Amino acid sequence: MKPAPFRYAAPRSIEELLALKAEHGDDAKFLAGGQSLIPTMNFRLAQPAVLLDLNTLPDQNFIVETSSGGVRIGALVRHSDIETSETIARSHPLAHEAIRFVAHPQIRNRGTLCGNLAHADPASEMPAVMLALGGRFHARSAVSDRWIDASDFFLSIFTTALEENEMLCEVEMPPLPPGSGTCFLEVSRRPGDFAMMGVATVVSLDEAGRCAEARIAYCSAGETPLLAPGVVASLAGEEPDETALLNAARQAAEEIDPPGNVHLTSAYQKHLVAVLTGRALRTAFARANTNASQ
Amino acid sequence: MLEELVTVSTVVNGKHYRRIVEPRLLLSDFIRHDLGLTGTHVGCEHGVCGACTILVDEKPVRACLMFAPQADGHAIETIEGLAEENGELHPLQEAFRDKHGLQCGFCTPGILMTMKAFIAQHPAATEGEIREALSGNLCRCTGYQNIVEAVKLAVSRIGGSS
Repeated sequence: MKPAPFRYAAPRSIEELLALKAEHGDDAKFLAGGQSLIPTMNFRLAQPAVLLDLNTLPDQNFIVETSSGGVRIGALVRHSDIETSETIARSHPLAHEAIRFVAHPQIRNRGTLCGNLAHADPASEMPAVMLALGGRFHARSAVSDRWIDASDFFLSIFTTALEENEMLCEVEMPPLPPGSGTCFLEVSRRPGDFAMMGVATVVSLDEAGRCAEARIAYCSAGETPLLAPGVVASLAGEEPDETALLNAARQAAEEIDPPGNVHLTSAYQKHLVAVLTGRALRTAFARANTNASQ
Repeated sequence: MLEELVTVSTVVNGKHYRRIVEPRLLLSDFIRHDLGLTGTHVGCEHGVCGACTILVDEKPVRACLMFAPQADGHAIETIEGLAEENGELHPLQEAFRDKHGLQCGFCTPGILMTMKAFIAQHPAATEGEIREALSGNLCRCTGYQNIVEAVKLAVSRIGGSS
């Protein structure tokens, strides 16, 4: 199938882009990587009358460290840019670890992080990573400019807090707490397939070797990436030994209720939740231990 | 500002082309129909099979997931550009011949372009790394074993260790 006809613009400034979006509203779609949009257009599931191409915008492929040790990532940063970024490998190893699970290299060479987040596929890895990191999302329109927390951004399947005419123009990953350990794990049928289950976790230890902070998020577990505050509560102040990890895994399987899909049952997804929670926490705490002693 | 037709100016296999097209024209169709380079194949048109994989600015991408206007100002390499001008095969092509790495050949151009870029980035790739790097390209004929053997041979030859 071939896409339906559309009118096309490749603006040279964000202001021009946002003005065009304001003028055409829902008739216009943004085109960044196109790795989710173009397939839906090829199927004619989407038939936007107007396509606004971001790829000629200047200065949008930045990956910059902030003064507090966070990282800001621009709208044209491709997944492959994140994969090869030394900045991110150093400051946010969670993102570096997760990015190779995103589709295949050919997709990663075009797809953008911001586009992936705005698309909000429940099976996507990076939304869960941003949720685990407590990231912030910069939304701009011709008449507005605001930042949205990750915990407020993902509303439902393919639905975000972006309002009409808003564009996700950058995201910020906040600095990890000192001495943190992180881990991203995913199970899929073949490399590059959609996640059957994925987990992203950030933990840190206090001086006594007990859990100080923890955040854990899942993809492919519901209509949005999901946090597991019950798991976090079960770990708070506890030494992360095998008993605590087993407890956390059990808690996760109770708290997270995946719907199942054509590829696997909800019972199997629950099983994966428990197993991956235990493994990811074990690795993340071990890394925290190493980082704390450095 | 909004166009119904756009000009695409691009270099493909070292040769410059300039065409006026509808913006909805997929890069895969532009290459095949407008430029007559039919070595790039179309299998699924939604990015999962890999038959349409080409190099854009030396990076492997799905030609079916780009619109032709997005190639404006960029350099493209297709399977037609893999061998030398005088017909001398690329080491990857020789290895696929030597190891019988293809049957019907439909997936092969996409695999060769993907592997060209992969080997350039991973000149000492292991079999495990090769298998993972191939996971974005589907083959219905071979069962992949000879494809893997061919790439292993190409790695050893390009690395000069054979």
